Amino acid sequence: MTRTLWDSSVGKKTIMAVSGLIMLLYLVVHMIGNLKIFFGSGEFNHYAHWLRTMGEPFLHYEWALWIVRVVLVAAVVLHATSAYQLSRRDIKARPSKYVHKKPRASYATRTMRWGGIILALFIVWHILDLTTGTVHSGGFQSGHPYQNVIDTFSTWYGNTIYIVAMLALGLHVQHGFWSAAQTLGAGNATRDRALKTIANVLALVLTVGFISIPVAVMTGVVS
Amino acid sequence: MKLTLRVWRQKNADAPGAMSTYEVDGISQDMSFLEMLDTLNEELILVGDDPVAFDHDCREGICGACSLVINGDAHGPERTTTCQLHMRSFQDGDTIDIEPWRASAFPVVKDLVVDRSAFDRIIQAGGYISAPTGTAPEAHATPVPKPDADFAFEHAECIGCGACVAACPNGSAMLFTSAKINHLNVLPQGAPERETRVLDMVGQMDSEGFGGCTLTGECATACPKGIPLPSISAMNKEWLRATRKVHR
Repeated sequence: MTRTLWDSSVGKKTIMAVSGLIMLLYLVVHMIGNLKIFFGSGEFNHYAHWLRTMGEPFLHYEWALWIVRVVLVAAVVLHATSAYQLSRRDIKARPSKYVHKKPRASYATRTMRWGGIILALFIVWHILDLTTGTVHSGGFQSGHPYQNVIDTFSTWYGNTIYIVAMLALGLHVQHGFWSAAQTLGAGNATRDRALKTIANVLALVLTVGFISIPVAVMTGVVS
Repeated sequence: MKLTLRVWRQKNADAPGAMSTYEVDGISQDMSFLEMLDTLNEELILVGDDPVAFDHDCREGICGACSLVINGDAHGPERTTTCQLHMRSFQDGDTIDIEPWRASAFPVVKDLVVDRSAFDRIIQAGGYISAPTGTAPEAHATPVPKPDADFAFEHAECIGCGACVAACPNGSAMLFTSAKINHLNVLPQGAPERETRVLDMVGQMDSEGFGGCTLTGECATACPKGIPLPSISAMNKEWLRATRKVHR
């Protein structure tokens, strides 16, 4: 069955849909967690520390966090590999363009591939910035995420990269969620409007929720 | 009407093609698009040029033979087949671009004619039912619920013209294949091959070199028969169900 999934274009889309939904679920949880920054450094740092002690005493320190990380890495790799292979197939299937060109499909639909590449690059920067602190500005302090977040959003490039990536995320989720539903066979004529509404709401809530943090730091609401 | 036509001319499958410009005059608004091309071809033959090759058969909008991309739209600006498109959809003095279906699975044979036998092979892979020969069975022996009959009929309307593939930025045949699969899979007559049909037809579709679906919706917009976009989702559902049930 694994072979059937991976060898078929429909199966590979299924893998993309499931891995995309896993990442989307994570993003909702991640955004809710991030919004704790509005309740001050105490609550935010306490929440960040809890992420490491989550599941104790059944799980050892940081085990739950590592399980989440492994699942996410698997999802990213499967999603990106399927996307790359499907894109190769799609481009090969339509080698010559029409002479008479017309604007096609929605902006979100047309930017799925570039949006995905932007998001992949963003994830690398985001981890190097706020997880490992490798490219962090102003001295990364492990265990003090509140201060680290403020440092990042006190630089013009930190804000720019983040806001551009979150706009790309919104567009990606808007088409991606609805597409995933179609791929998994959940789409039909009566449900279409509901699915599109959920996709739009998810895209808007995630984008606004994530962007509210750099905006709050820039305007001094969070300092 | 006086029109400027820019037509894709290509001698054969291997020759490079290019757009050629022609002027046609005396076109009536009541002519069909194909009659307009007939007028052009008569003029080309009179001056000893090679007429423009294009596919056509019934000219009633039911056979699916005609296949032109007109000003970037498969079958032109109206939701119908090229043969049922009339010149009243255009203005006097217009420049009209006419191109063949573009997809690597539909190679150009000559000018505007493409080879769509990939569709035939998808049908051969499972677009049929097993029926005993002999006298026709009693029509009421196999009841079909009304919603199922409507669903089947909606998909049976597909004439296999290939506009979905032509319109798709990925050259994907998902809408065609889903129409054929949904049409038979929902009916009791199609039940014996329900799982193998979807697996084999999707497999054939992939091996013909059609692209995958990215849900742009261009196919359903171009379809002259109005096969809806959710058909693809219904086919995906059938495919996932078959993958769980059949172990190969």
